[in-house]
Parts: sequence; structure tokens; C-alpha cells
Amino acid sequence: MKADILVIEGLEKSFGGLCAIGGLNLIVREGQIKSVIGPNGAGKTTLFNLITGILPPTKGQFLFLGNRLNGLKSHEIARLGISRTFQNVELFAHMTALENVMLGRHSRSSAGIVRAGFRFAGMQREERESRDRALDELGFMGLAEKAEWDALSLPLGEQKVLEIARALATEPKLILLDEPAAGLNPRETAKLSETIRQIRNRGITVILVEHDMSLVMDVSDEVAVLNYGRKIAEGPPREIQRNREVIAAYLGEEANGA
Amino acid sequence: MKRKDFHALWIIAAVIGIFPWAAGGNQYFISLLVFLALNAITALGLSLLMGYAGQISLGHAAFLGIGAYSSGVLTTQYALHPLAAFVFGIFLSAGIAFLVGRPTLRLKGHYMAVATLGFGEIVFIVFNELSPFTGGPSGLSNIPPLSFWGFPLEGISFLYLVWAVFFLLLIFSLNLVNSRVGRALRAVHGSELAAGAMGVDASQAKLQVFVLSAVYASISGSLYAHFLAFISPNAFGLMFSILLLMMVVIGGTQTVWGGFLGAAILTLLPEYLRGLEDFEVLAYGAILLSVLLFMPQGVLEGVRRIASGRKERGAR
Repeated sequence: MKADILVIEGLEKSFGGLCAIGGLNLIVREGQIKSVIGPNGAGKTTLFNLITGILPPTKGQFLFLGNRLNGLKSHEIARLGISRTFQNVELFAHMTALENVMLGRHSRSSAGIVRAGFRFAGMQREERESRDRALDELGFMGLAEKAEWDALSLPLGEQKVLEIARALATEPKLILLDEPAAGLNPRETAKLSETIRQIRNRGITVILVEHDMSLVMDVSDEVAVLNYGRKIAEGPPREIQRNREVIAAYLGEEANGA
Repeated sequence: MKRKDFHALWIIAAVIGIFPWAAGGNQYFISLLVFLALNAITALGLSLLMGYAGQISLGHAAFLGIGAYSSGVLTTQYALHPLAAFVFGIFLSAGIAFLVGRPTLRLKGHYMAVATLGFGEIVFIVFNELSPFTGGPSGLSNIPPLSFWGFPLEGISFLYLVWAVFFLLLIFSLNLVNSRVGRALRAVHGSELAAGAMGVDASQAKLQVFVLSAVYASISGSLYAHFLAFISPNAFGLMFSILLLMMVVIGGTQTVWGGFLGAAILTLLPEYLRGLEDFEVLAYGAILLSVLLFMPQGVLEGVRRIASGRKERGAR
């Protein structure tokens, strides 16, 4: 069995009196595609915001390849090798698709104010490398021809794909995809499931939050189900589909009524 | 730096190169152009801060003052070489900017504006009260001219020096904007959340730009002190900070050229309007107000839009 890449222990997050996540334990293994599903408000996006340091947890800890992530800022976590996309697209306005992806190279390059301002030779080489790498990622996601487009002028489906390209440019070990299929048409969704597998084949572990069940059941190695911030089930997709508590959570039936 | 920037730079350099000779060495025009360059240097730094870090400073005149008083006090009272005083001013401004910026730039929102407002007032008071060194409200005079190897720079040679410094800083800024650093700043401006997730330390990036803009102001202040040979606290008060801010707003924050254009407009306009005598202030206010009403993105962007609109209509 592969090593654990992310271990979440006793995670709790409350906003005032509202408990968004309560006592969550979750283990993600290297090379896995792990999906986190649950009804709206189950705490899925909150979980991503906690892992990436955007929100501080109330309790509990994260271990990424054995390192504690607690207390690290989101840019430090990105440097360790965790990257993500956003549920509501967060592309950079007034920048081309290519520039957006080049930003993913930020933590893998180093030119500071002085080197950039004087355009020293090393900086120009670094700039070329960032550009090449960004073009590679755009090509990988099938957006090579749109490199010079203004990022926000792309259709929504391509904006979502562009966010994945940007996240990949950071050379992550773990990528968090927050509802990548939302707003995609069936053809784009089919292509997405292929892309997610290709990302895994590059050796990148994937955590997927998604409402599109056919996509989740298609690509996932393992699925964890959250409801009201608690994990109610975890296992291979087939088992989850038959789990009574999961069905109840989604359809709103009394779980112990049957 | 892009090709268009390069062309604009050459045109301005040519105009500045020829102008003093065309004006027959007229002292008035020379001082006007020196002040234009001095303002443009500070506005350049402020336009980086406002356009790329999205922060407002209400105390930039204080950094100008720190540069000016470093040069003034160290050369007159300690007989330090002007160049050494100049460098001292740069480091002092950078250090103070770091101390002011570090706590305020960690907070989101416009804390920077409030902090710099207070900071500017403190510096103003210090200039007034430290009279044994600064001469207090009556100012500091007999500041020696900037000189290189015993060769003093005055008149036209000083004009060329100031513009050379401006061009150098302009090229530096254009390079910066089109680099990893500039991209990171634009990204923070676009989505701080996503920039963080891509590994950008937003508060550090903003702090660096703030320090850089303070250094630009300090450079301008030192040159100002050597040019006028006299400085007093009133030149570095809140009103001048606001005027600097106006330059950037009027010019536009989309590119660093906006700072230059705004500095040119706000330096030359009062001189041009002087013939109106009593109506000068009225006309000045009316012009600034209409720029903000009709070109809220600044003159540079406004003119660009009018020009591209005309081109489209012409093509039909």
C-alpha cells in the first residue's frame, strides 16, 4: 500500500456557533483520486479552505507528507506542493490565459525586485522557463491556442480548465479540485474525467469535491461522504452507492426508518 | 519593457534633450522641467503602489522630506559628500517604509492610507521641532549643489541628471511590471485568494512595492534639496502628499506612464493657467473635476479610448 500523503486528524471548524466541520478524520494515500461528496453545506469547500490555509481550523491537525500544516499561510502551503482550483472561478483579471498559468510558476522561480528591475541574465532565462512550462500545461489541458486570450473572456468551461492548468504549473504533489464539472456540458465533463486520470498518471494525488455523481463514481478510487460536517461513510464508489445512510442524506429520508 | 514603451521613452528623451537649447537656456523653463521630473519620479513610485499593489499612501511627501532632509542636514551640518547623504536618505526611507508598511500591509483594506496619513503628520512635526538639525519652520538653507569630482551640477546639467534618473527609474519600473514580481502584484490585485494558493505572499509583495515607492520619493527629495539649496517643512506636508496622489489618479493607474502623465499635467497646468490671474484656482479645479468625471480611469486611458473609438468609426 502506498504512503499517506495527507492525514487529517480530529478536524473541527466552527463559525461562531455554527459547526461547519466536526471531528473529521481523513486519510489520502499517494496516487489516489479521492472524492469528497455531500449535500450543499456539508463542509466540503470549508475543508479545502482549511487544508490550503485560507481558514484556520478550530481544532485538529493536518499532516502533509509528515509535516504539520497548521499555522502555515496559504502561500507556504502552496510551496510545499498543495495546489487547488476554486468553486467560483478565481482567475486573475486583466491577464492573459498564459500569464495566469505563469503565475503558477511563482513559487518555483525566484526573481525579486532588483533582478527583475535590472533584467539580469538569469532572470530572463527563468522567465523563459516559466513561459515554456506554462505553455506545456496549457497544451496538456487543451488550451494551447487560447494562450494569449484574456483569461476572463474565455467561456466558463475553459476558465475552469484554465484554473486546473494554473494549479498544475505549481508542480503540486496534491491537487484539490473544487467542483471542476460545475457549469460544464456533458462532453466537457467526459473529457474532464479523462483529464483527472491523466493528472493522477503524472503522479499527482487528487482530491475531488464534486456534485456530478457520474463523474465521481467514474474516476474515484475512494469516496468520503460528509453531511453537516461529519463523515458518514467512506469507501470505494460501489459501496458508497449502496450505503443507506448516504442515500438518506441525499434524499432526505429517515435513515433508521426503513 | 515593450516596444511601445521604448518608443515613448525615446520621444520624451529627444524632447527633453533639445528643449533647453531651443528655449535658449531660459532659467524658468529649466526649473519647470526639473520640477516636472522630480514629481514624475515620486508619481512613478506611487503609481506602482496604487496600480499594482492597490494601496493608497497619504504620506508620500514625508518620504520626499526624509530624502531632502537627509541630503540637506548631512551635507550642511556634517559636511558629508552629497552622494553619501543621498544613499543614506535612500536607506533611511526604505527602513522607515518597512517599519510603517510591515504591520499595516498585513491587514486587508485601507489601513495603509490611515497609517501613512498619521506617519506623514509625525514626520512633518519632527521636521519642525528638530530645529537644531533641520532649522525648524524657517527651513534649512545653503545646501550645496550635487557635484561629481568637484564638478557641480547646476542649470542644464542638473536638468539632464534629473531626467536621466527619471528614465532609469522608469525603465526599472517597466521591467518590474513585466516580470514575475509585476505578475504577482497584478494577481494579488485580481484575486488575493488565488494568488495565495499559487504561492504568492501578498503582504510581502505589497510591502516590497511600498518600500520601493518610498525609495523613489527619497531620491526625488534629495535631488530637490540640492536643486533649490533650501528646504522647509511646508513643502513636505499633507497637501503635497495629496497632490502626488492626484497626479497618479489624474494620469491613470493602469500603467506606470499614468504617473508620468499626471505629474506633467499637474506641474504644467498651474503655470499655464497663471494668465487667468484670479480665475486660476477656479479653472484648475474645474479641469481636474472634469477629468475625474469624464475620464474616471485617468487621462491616459481616457485618451486611449477616444483614439481607439475614432479608429473604429473611421474604419467603417
